[in-house]
Parts: sequence; C-alpha cells; structure tokens
Amino acid sequence: MLKFTPRRRLTGGMRLPANKTESTARPIHKAFIPPRLIVSTRQHRGPAAVPVVEVGQPALRGETIARANSIDAADVHAPTSGTVVAIEAREVPLASAVVVEQCVVIETDGADRAVREPAPVEPGATLEAKLEQIRAAGIVGLGGAVFPAAAKLRLASGVACELLIINGAECEPYISCDDMLMRESAKEILDGAEILRQLVDAKECIVAIERDKPQAIDAITAAGEALGIERLSIAELPSIYPAGGERQLVDVLTEVEVPSGRFPGDVGFICQNVATAYAVHRYFRHGEPLTRRIVTVTGAGVAEPCNIEAMIGTPIADLIAACGGYRGETVRLIQGGSMMGFAMGSDDLPVTKASNCIIVASAPEVRRDSHEWPCIRCGECSIVCPARLQPQDLVLAARASNVAMLNELDLFDCIECGLCDVVCPSQILLTQSFRDAKELVRSSDAREAFSQQSDERYRLREQRRHEAAVADEQRRDEIKRMLGSEEDRVEAIRAAVARGRERKGETDVG
Amino acid sequence: MSAETARFGVKTAPHSPPKHAVPVIMRRVLYALVPAAACYVWFFGFGLVINFLVCAAASVLAEAAMLRIRGRPIQPALGDGSAVVTAALLAFSMPPLVPWWVPAAGGVSAIVLAKQLYGGLGKNLFNPAMVGYAILLLSFPVEMTRWVPPRMGDIDYVHLEPLAHLAYAFTGTLPPELGLDAMTRATPLDLVKEGLRSGQTFTEIRANSLFGDFGGRGWEWVGNFLILGGLYLLSAGIIRWHIPIAMLAGLVIPSGLLFAFDPAGYAGPGFHLFSGAALLGAFFIATDPVSAAATIRGRLIYGCSIGFLTFAIRTWGGYPDGVAFAVLIMNAAVPLIDRYTRPRVFGHG
Repeated sequence: MLKFTPRRRLTGGMRLPANKTESTARPIHKAFIPPRLIVSTRQHRGPAAVPVVEVGQPALRGETIARANSIDAADVHAPTSGTVVAIEAREVPLASAVVVEQCVVIETDGADRAVREPAPVEPGATLEAKLEQIRAAGIVGLGGAVFPAAAKLRLASGVACELLIINGAECEPYISCDDMLMRESAKEILDGAEILRQLVDAKECIVAIERDKPQAIDAITAAGEALGIERLSIAELPSIYPAGGERQLVDVLTEVEVPSGRFPGDVGFICQNVATAYAVHRYFRHGEPLTRRIVTVTGAGVAEPCNIEAMIGTPIADLIAACGGYRGETVRLIQGGSMMGFAMGSDDLPVTKASNCIIVASAPEVRRDSHEWPCIRCGECSIVCPARLQPQDLVLAARASNVAMLNELDLFDCIECGLCDVVCPSQILLTQSFRDAKELVRSSDAREAFSQQSDERYRLREQRRHEAAVADEQRRDEIKRMLGSEEDRVEAIRAAVARGRERKGETDVG
Repeated sequence: MSAETARFGVKTAPHSPPKHAVPVIMRRVLYALVPAAACYVWFFGFGLVINFLVCAAASVLAEAAMLRIRGRPIQPALGDGSAVVTAALLAFSMPPLVPWWVPAAGGVSAIVLAKQLYGGLGKNLFNPAMVGYAILLLSFPVEMTRWVPPRMGDIDYVHLEPLAHLAYAFTGTLPPELGLDAMTRATPLDLVKEGLRSGQTFTEIRANSLFGDFGGRGWEWVGNFLILGGLYLLSAGIIRWHIPIAMLAGLVIPSGLLFAFDPAGYAGPGFHLFSGAALLGAFFIATDPVSAAATIRGRLIYGCSIGFLTFAIRTWGGYPDGVAFAVLIMNAAVPLIDRYTRPRVFGHG
C-alpha cells in the first residue's frame, strides 16, 4: 500500500495525554438488545426526519421509522424488532449539545427480526440516485459531527474532487472507537472508502491515521495490500491534537488552507470518518442501513472501559451497565472527547449517531472549579491555537463586548478546540467566552439587520407620506385652476347664489 | 426502565484539566533564581538576602494596601507570588550594600506605581521591577552604585558577616575601623565605561584583576547560574526561547561586529554577555510575560531591540548598564509591536 507523506506540520496544536489504552485493551464488545430504545428522529446536523410509524405499531430491524424530507437530513431506522410505544419529545445528545428532539421509543422483543433479508444494494446509476440511497440508509458523519454524508458528498460534486480523505486520525483524548474499528474491520473500511471514492470520482484517496495507533496502521496497510485498491494510500500523522480536524487534515496533507467560512468540499476535498466508510460498506454490500455504531465507554468512573457496538437509541445507563457499571465516584458524564465533548446531566439519554465516546469521568480527570487569575499575556494560547488567533486579545474584546474588535480578530475562525484553556496559566475559561462572544456577535448582527429594516420601513413610510402630501397639493391646485382667479370665484359664487334665489323664487308662492 | 438514572453536574468543554497555574509559574521563577542567588551571596556577601527580604515584605505590604484601597479582594491576588518575583528581581538589580529603605522604597514604587496604579497583575505596561530599579537609580544614585568586589583570594575585599550586615542595613552603623569606601569598588562595567572614555584600550582595562575570562570575576559565575536557571525555565515550559535568544543576539551581534572592527575601542561580546544584568535580563526580566510582546514575531523584535538598546546605552549612553532602560523603552513599544505582528489567521489571504 502506498505511503503518503504529509506535506507540512500542523499549525499550533499540542500533544495531549491520550488516555486511550484503557479502552483498547479488549476487542469491541458485540451489540446487546436493551429493553427499550429511544431513537431520535434527528440523528444529524440539519432538519429532523419525520416519523412514519405510529404508536402501537410493530417495528422490524432496518425498517424506516422516520423519513428525511430535506437534502440536508437522513432517514432513521429501527435498530431491532419491537413495538413503538411512544413518539415523544426527549433530550438527546447530538453533535455539540443535549437537545430536545422528537423520539420514537421502541420496546424491543429480543427476536431481532429484520424487515427483510438484507441483500447487497446496487449503487444507483446517477450521482443523485446514489446520494439518495446514502440518505435513505441514514448514513451521517460518524466522527461526532453527524453531518449528513450525502449532503457533504454533494458539495464536492460541483467541483472536481481532488482528494477523498478517510479520517482515522482520532486526535481527541479518550476516544478510541475508530482505532478499534480499523483494527478489526480494515478491509470493510477500505471497501467503503473505494465506494465513496468512485461515487465522487475523487482522483486519490488517503486514509489518515495518527502515529499512536500502530495496530490500526498495520491493519489498514495489510488490508490495502490484500485488496489491491488503486489510488489509495495511507498517511501517518504525528499525534498532535487537533490533527483530525477537517481543515487541519487538509492543510497538513495538501498544504491547502481551506478559506475561512468555506468547507473543504468547496475546494475539492472530501473528508469522511473511517466509521462512515464502514457504514457505506455495510449498506452497499450487505443492505444494512445505519442503526448501530461503535461507542468508546471509558474514564476512571466505569468498571470495564471498552469499545462496544451499540444500537442507536440505547440508554447510556444500559451502556455503562454493559461495561461493568459505575466504579467510584463519577463527577461528570461526557459525550465526545475531553476537549470538545459536552457534559450530560443524566445517563437516561440515548446513544445517537453522534455518540462516539462516553467518558465516565472521576474528579481528577476533569478541570476543577477554580478561581481565574488575570491574564498575564504569556501568549501560550496563541502559540497552540490551530487557527492562529490571538485568544489573549479576543478574551479582552469578548469581556468588553466589543463586536468590531471581535470581528477584526476573526473570532469566527475559532474552531473551539479548547487548547487555549488547557495551556492558560490564569485558568481563564477562554473557549466558553468565545462561544458566548459568537452568540453576542450573531445577536448584534441580527439587531443590526433589524434596525436596518426599521430604518428602511421608516424611510418608505416617509416617502409615502411625502407622495401623499404632494398629491394633495396637486389636487388642490387642480381645483383652484378649475375655479380660476379670485374675482372669478366671487363672481361664480354670486352667480350660484343668484341661481339659488331664482329657484327659490320659482318655488316660493308669495 | 432498566438501570437507575444517575445525575451529574454539567460544565462546558474543554474538560481536560489545565496544565499550569500562575502561582506555580511564579514559584518556579523563584526556584530558578536560587542557584544564582546562592552564588551571588558567596561572591558578594549577605546583602542580597537582606535586600530581598526587605523588598519582598515591602512589595507584599504595598500590594495588600493597594488592593485594599482599590476595593479589590486581597486574596488570592496576594497569593499569586508575582510581588515576590518582582522583589527578587529588584533585589538582584541593586548593590548588596544599601540601607534598608532602598529595597523598601524600590518594592513600594514597583508595586504601587508600575503595577497597582495600572490595575494590578496583567494590566501593567512596564516591568515593575525595572520601574522600581529606575526610580531607585535616579533617586538614590550614590547608594545604588555602591557595588562591592567579589570574594576572590587575590582581590582585596571586605565583606560583612550576616549580623554586621543586618546592623548596617537597619542602623547604618559599620563595625569600627571599617569605612564604606574600603568596602565598595567600581564594577567592571563602570571601569570599561570610564576607561574607554579616558582613552584606555579595552585590553588595558581588562588587565585589572576584577576582570575574568569574559566579564567581571564572580559575575561570570553568577551568570553561569543564571543561564542554568534560564535553561530550567525553558525546559519546564515557563518561558520560550524567542525573547532570551533574540535579546542575547541583539547584544552580541552588534558588539561583536564593532569589537571585530576595533578591538581596542569597544568591549567584546563576551564581556557584554557576562556583565551587568544581561543574562538576568534575557532569562528573567525581558521574559516577564505581562510586559513583553505576545506574538512570536513580536517577541523576536522585542528581544532583539532590548539587546541592541542595552548595547547602545552601554556603549554610547550615560549609564554603565542599559538593561533596565532598554526593557522599559521596549515595554512602551509592546502594544504597537503586538498590533503589527499578528500572524495571518488560518484560511485568510
């Protein structure tokens, strides 16, 4: 298999403690059937799919339970057989937050009956037909951002796709689901990657993996040799966070900086996660829509850290129980990695397609609530910033709510990787202040737009009033003109009075 | 339902704990100064310890008083250790043989004028220790130039015992039959400045027994330990290399060029490096994050300019050493430097 050498070093970034050995000691646990599944109708970034089942209706594995009615969405399927017992709004952990979504609640029957015997799917004839199939299979980006795969692939269909990057970097601490999947299903991943490459007609395909995953690298290399796929190569990346970010990956591999505010797809690069490639393989070779994913369950608070195949909708409490349950005191439950993941208030939330990792964190693993010291301008934040921003200046602008300065310092190029917080000796909550500042700028933009609209409305009204006044004036002038000069008018009035008298005289008998 | 529901606290990302804390950094800067301080005490007597303690006490009290006046909570600002670091740098900058009110006045002016009046830690434009030093040098020129010779067998030196030194610092009394003149001596920097001005060649000046291989004897050893402390700070990730290396380059390159051109009329680069506050400045003063440039290119410009200004002041200016003034001048330029050296943001242009 060809080796591709990265063209340049990552901008900023930092080596972080990986915390991955605990969860990679055992092979991936096979899926189990929990008593109840809570399947969100929105499993992706974009509008929710619309439920097509009713309460009381039986559901079979692979059956579509919610259908996408937008190109930016994806269908949702029943992960196993059972009965729909409720369709209700529930909290679900999605790409970057816990959100409330319509969920189909299925009471499972344990029989795991499929909707039909799955059979290989023939990829559609046109690109549009193929994208439709991917959307109907519920395939979304499984790296954690859950961008619908079809929508992303379409981005590249307008431009010549230079490169398909299969992202196996997995740079964030704790997460190891991609590593384990590559170790165990390398051939399937590469097959899915080739399906994707042909689909977007990419010139090359590179599987990018961080160097701290030697077993995954070996497995992918061996699979590449065995399959003999052309135009496929493997790139080893230094284990520096956030090397797995799309923009970072494109930059390191190709020396192209994706322009600010655009997507890699806009400039001819498509990134798909290894698990997404695997899902593509499962659908096109085995007819299985995406109903399960590998989840890393780790942290000092869980008895047996491991990777486990989980049905979408499995309550996280059941997942943790399947990994030996809680151990010691858990202070935080996180979905995603320790840098960009978000805390969940409860373990009754269900697994979604975004659930790449569940960290059951003990106190020493997480940041303590502490006092902030004043910024001492050490500049460490700007050195590690992968976007080359100046967080020490941004935080001042954020505190001053200085929208103009926030824009001048390119706040919106912040990818919220969290590195500035980790290196800040004053322990300032920089990333959170930037999230808040983005909200501030957005609302101020909205206010600006609103006040511009008001100004426009006022201007139009004034114009109408002016036009009405001018019209009135004209009408008065018209009447005046019709009546002629003052003497004429006096004469006209006299004549009218005289006519009236005459008439009166005519009718008056006396 | 299956398992019992558990509830957890919700905090925003990132969850990974931070790597550093301000008080830890300040403590490590102090640790890094310890070997050089021990060496200094060995060669130049007990005065450094007294000056440091008085200066630290004055600085901490002044900080507490100012926080009180400003209506700010005294803790944890007082516990961040920054006032003690300022005091340590100030104590290193003054001669050992000074009355107690010199370090006290230095500490108070550094903390009050340079730091708290600007808004406290992180807000000061100028390096507090260097402001304190400049005020002392201008206010008490006699006391501030009372340097002593190093403890060397072949040099005629008189150092006070700790108790006698304490008595001198606080009461001004010296042991009988001992005068201040007998104890003080010009520094190598003074000798070079005066010597070159009066037409001596650098080689002739260096013949004085106060000179060693590069700089002044004793001073060179202190310099070695300052380098050691600097290397510790570099390896611990407390400072980065840009400012020290740029500053030393800014000092060594012009002095090297002029020395190569006219070895009699100019002091050599080795002398510049190991004299006065050059190494202290490079590793401990110019690297003060608050008053230094923050961008990488900015740091190179900032450090290089301090080095060059130090060389210029020493060579053509009115003072034998120029580190403090060079640092203060460049402190004033930092906002401008940072503004114009911002790197290109990823994905722009």
